[in-house]
Amino acid sequence: MTLTSFLLIGAFLFICGLACISIRRNALGILMGVELILNAANLNFVACARYLPNFALEGQIFALIVIVLAAGEAAIALAIILNFYNNHNTVDVDRADELKG
Amino acid sequence: MSVLDEILFAIVALGTGLGAVGVVFTRNIVRQAVCLLFTLIGISMLYFLLGAEFVGATQLIVYVGGTMVLVIFGVMLTARQEFVTIRATPVEWFTAGLLGLGLFTILAKTLPALESNASEKGQLPSTGPIGVAFLTKYLLPFEAISLHLLVVLIGAAYLARAKKRPSDLPKIPLEKEEK
Repeated sequence: MTLTSFLLIGAFLFICGLACISIRRNALGILMGVELILNAANLNFVACARYLPNFALEGQIFALIVIVLAAGEAAIALAIILNFYNNHNTVDVDRADELKG
Repeated sequence: MSVLDEILFAIVALGTGLGAVGVVFTRNIVRQAVCLLFTLIGISMLYFLLGAEFVGATQLIVYVGGTMVLVIFGVMLTARQEFVTIRATPVEWFTAGLLGLGLFTILAKTLPALESNASEKGQLPSTGPIGVAFLTKYLLPFEAISLHLLVVLIGAAYLARAKKRPSDLPKIPLEKEEK
């Protein structure tokens, strides 16, 4: 249990989230990838709070704020996806091309 | 750091990593949601191992209990057969794999440099100091985020409200006959 081991887990979660965003075509799958990336950032914050003494309080506060923002982001994204589904009968993001120039 | 801590850390880290791999590689969207659920629980266990009990508990309550339920609701509401498994093309797999591998190599090479600043002796402040900090030094972010939550609440309710088409409206007689 060192700082590097936690940061490596964070990096791995970030990579998984990035891959998830780039290969999914289902809008909800992309939302899950975003959640994974936010959690990777959070894990880095808390690990740095634990191992860097000057960052002990700020790291946890950042993490808490990110959790709240992620909850709000998920709610709004879900509302948009459901609206899109109601209007277009699909959740495939490749079909959301009405604004294409 | 005792041996038990290391074993526990290895188990939790392995579970979290496997969950994240499942999120990427499973084809079924429902299974993807379940994998994400296990990953989030694993991350909260990592917070507990780091000694950040309050953040870990918040993660369990807000993420696992709130956000994931919301996402699973979304999955259930849109789960028609053709959307449960949407496949990616091999080109997309190749691009994502190349991007991921390259970025992970770079990160894994640069991250150990931070280790020289790390110290073991720091103890994380628990709930009390966090609460005091939120109401004194970090009052402005705290208020901003509460306002943000209010805006999100109103916005989500507005976006997801049931819309009535003109044909669905009940017919209202223009003039009421008075008796």
